[in-house]
Amino acid sequence: MPALEDYKGQTPAWCPGCGNFGILKAFKDAVVEFGIEPHQLTIVSGIGQAGKIPHYLRCNTFNGLHGRTLPVATGIRLANHEMLVVAVAGDGDCYGEGGNHLIHAIRRNINIKLFVHDNQIYGLTKGQASPTSMEGMVTKNQPFGAFSEQLNPIALAVALDCSFVARSFSGDTEHLKGIIKEAIRHKGFSIVDILQPCVTFNKINTYEWYKQRVYHIESEYEPENRIEAFKKAMEWGDRIPIGIIYRNQRAILEERIPIIKDSPLVKHAIDISMVEETLKEFY
Amino acid sequence: MDYSIKIGGEAGQGIQTIGDTLTKVFSRAGYYVFTHQDYESRIRGGHNFFQIRFSDKPVMASRKKIDILVALDKDSILLHEKELSENSFIIYDSSKLKQRYEDPRFLDIPFVSMAIEYGGGKIMSNTVATGTVLGMLGMKLDILHEIVKDTFKRKGEDIIKANINSAVAGHNFAVKSCMKCSFDIISSQQQSKILINGIEAIGLGSIASGCKFYSAYPMTPSTGIMNYIAGKGKEYGIIVEQAEDEIAAINMALGASFAGVRAMTGTSGGGFALMVEGLSLSGMTETPIVIALGQRPGPATGFPTRTEQAELQFAVYTAHGEFPRIIFAPGTPEQVFYLTSKAFDMAEKYQVPAIILFDQYLADSEWTFDSFNLKKLVYNDYRLRGENFRNLKEYRRHEFTPSGISPLGVPGDSQHLVVTDSDEHDEEGHIVEDADTRIKMVQKRLLKKLPLIREDIEPPFLFGDAKPEIVLTGWGSTYGIMKEAVDALSGNKSIAMLHFSEVFPFPSIKKFDYLNLLDNAKLTVCIENNATGQFARLMRAETGYEFKNKINKYDGRPFLFEELISQINNKI
Ligand SMILES: Cc1ncc(C[n+]2csc(CCOP(=O)(O)OP(=O)(O)O)c2C)c(N)n1
Ligand SMILES: [Mg+2]
Repeated sequence: MPALEDYKGQTPAWCPGCGNFGILKAFKDAVVEFGIEPHQLTIVSGIGQAGKIPHYLRCNTFNGLHGRTLPVATGIRLANHEMLVVAVAGDGDCYGEGGNHLIHAIRRNINIKLFVHDNQIYGLTKGQASPTSMEGMVTKNQPFGAFSEQLNPIALAVALDCSFVARSFSGDTEHLKGIIKEAIRHKGFSIVDILQPCVTFNKINTYEWYKQRVYHIESEYEPENRIEAFKKAMEWGDRIPIGIIYRNQRAILEERIPIIKDSPLVKHAIDISMVEETLKEFY
Repeated sequence: MDYSIKIGGEAGQGIQTIGDTLTKVFSRAGYYVFTHQDYESRIRGGHNFFQIRFSDKPVMASRKKIDILVALDKDSILLHEKELSENSFIIYDSSKLKQRYEDPRFLDIPFVSMAIEYGGGKIMSNTVATGTVLGMLGMKLDILHEIVKDTFKRKGEDIIKANINSAVAGHNFAVKSCMKCSFDIISSQQQSKILINGIEAIGLGSIASGCKFYSAYPMTPSTGIMNYIAGKGKEYGIIVEQAEDEIAAINMALGASFAGVRAMTGTSGGGFALMVEGLSLSGMTETPIVIALGQRPGPATGFPTRTEQAELQFAVYTAHGEFPRIIFAPGTPEQVFYLTSKAFDMAEKYQVPAIILFDQYLADSEWTFDSFNLKKLVYNDYRLRGENFRNLKEYRRHEFTPSGISPLGVPGDSQHLVVTDSDEHDEEGHIVEDADTRIKMVQKRLLKKLPLIREDIEPPFLFGDAKPEIVLTGWGSTYGIMKEAVDALSGNKSIAMLHFSEVFPFPSIKKFDYLNLLDNAKLTVCIENNATGQFARLMRAETGYEFKNKINKYDGRPFLFEELISQINNKI
């Protein structure tokens, strides 16, 4: 069984009080409780404060480019579907730079776990509006306030019939740990939008702001109902629901590819002598 | 014996079917064949042609002069009549073209009505035309029968019979009415040949290299690679994923490669532009990848279905930062096949990106070869996997080693963790900022590996006079045309071709002092399918050698024999 110690990485360079600390703790607790060994897990991350998380852990890591976590994670999963593949991205990374990949990863329904550290701001580049910044948020780059409507990633995911859609809050690590475990347990593409205060650059969506608004979704709520899920997804403002919002049991991509039915691609033997037969097709 | 047949018409009229079938007949009969195609970026209409040259001797480029023109529309006659000689023929169907021509070289052949009479429908008129051409050439129909049977196996006996009857009808008509066709066909004693185009050769080369993962976004002229590999996916166990864009395509391939399988992507210039950040990521994370880059005329969308050699500089210099890369520019499908294998091998051996630079002309041109020597293929698994990885005492993905090459572990095979980062990183793969590590990493990743990579690069190929007074120099798809030019001119001249197929890192002169050869020549000409002479410029940058004479073609079409010969003669 793995211990918390096994997951100890570099000392984080995040600002004191950063919402990312809660995510780091919840994630470690979740994988340890799950009994996942560091080498059975690969984290793919992008660029941003969120993207640094695998360095503050110990596991297989591909810290790639800004916005491109999902394609890399897709390639890894297709090559080795026995590996638990987690994609970690910031809101800018995933909903801005990499928006197209999100849409198509959901459509593919590849069994990747996507955790978005949604601080509603570009942290690493020092405070520009992100796709989830609230309309009107004033920053150095948006002196008249952000004009674009705030993206609702939960509604987007439900609209795309995403296999698992949840929201949590880094200030509630017990809840977050539970949701991370549910996401890992679920078979299908899973997105968890994690509300994460940025103590340095986002002076609007603070711990206090979130704490006053988030509430645990009622236990009788049924995430299998897509219409109800839409209603839940639309809630934002005075009350923000956290929990599993939508879930379905669509077949995953890996199981639909006959080539890897019996074993992962990476375990397939290579026999280049077969080419002799194929060459005959050219005569 | 050396004949050229051109089939011209609108897209969708069946040019491809006639061309493919005739080509197959010739190559199975043991002739050497070269074909090239010219088509517009549309599914229906426009003007397109398929040109076949066949001979009892190797052929590797198209001639301007046509012996038989199969005109499926009026434009074909208008555009190509001037390519005919006195002994050439045009075959057409006046009922279809709504016009009759008096010139005795024009043979009006009722393709459509014969198709209806003997084949049961208009749809057979292309088969009639195919039979007619074979009849004019005085060739038998036995091979065509075999091909028809193979092609229509699934469609049943009736279809096979209808096709055969149509071919026979066309054949008989030609034999009866075309008394003037005195084509002098030397019956071939040779074995049937491999018939393959550049695209198929990349596909075949990659499956012969153990490629397990191909992700791409469709773009001419590279799409055929995805088609070919997808068609072989089940048999060979290869996953082909059509990505949402080229950025995803390269990142997926990098992910698959990181996870432990050989991975490839393919595109053209526009798509490659989107992949550039991923190329740099391959360089930083030392993740092997093979990229097939098919050039077409730019800038921007340019001529989507035509040819140019204007992405050499792009391939050599693009992407931020400094890291090693390998670029091959094969000149024939055979070279494509072996160099694809070498690209996979070197990409994995040195953990770098390798680019196979080709173009539409090479992609679509079909060549014949007596055989491919499969023993020349290399397959070494350079990855650290299974037991070997499990039993290792210590592991650091980006460990400093004397060669600069660090162990490429397969994540999950061992308790050891495989970590890499697009940020500058330490030996373990974790993000760092310090100057010392940076210096050591650049030395490891770039400066140590580069000379080793260069050692593996073969020098250019010399064909012709060993001490030539005239040297034609080129790279990539001009191989065939340059070789034919040397053949044609070597009767009374001291001439040779210097062809570069492994272009980057630029080959050293250790194995062959080609610079000395150039220095001793009286006339050296750099021949390129682009406007500015990108190779000549690269050569100057890498070696200091400057070409005083250049022949450049940038109309989106390949060089033709007669045209190149006259341009070379102008320089002499
Ligand atoms: C292609 C590219 N564009 C821009 C950047 C600069 N950049 C790095 S992180 C970032 C945004 C970070 O915001 P987010 O993804 O929300 O992550 P956070 O830092 O807030 O966790 C930007 C614009 C980059 N690294 N690469
Ligand atoms: Mg952010």
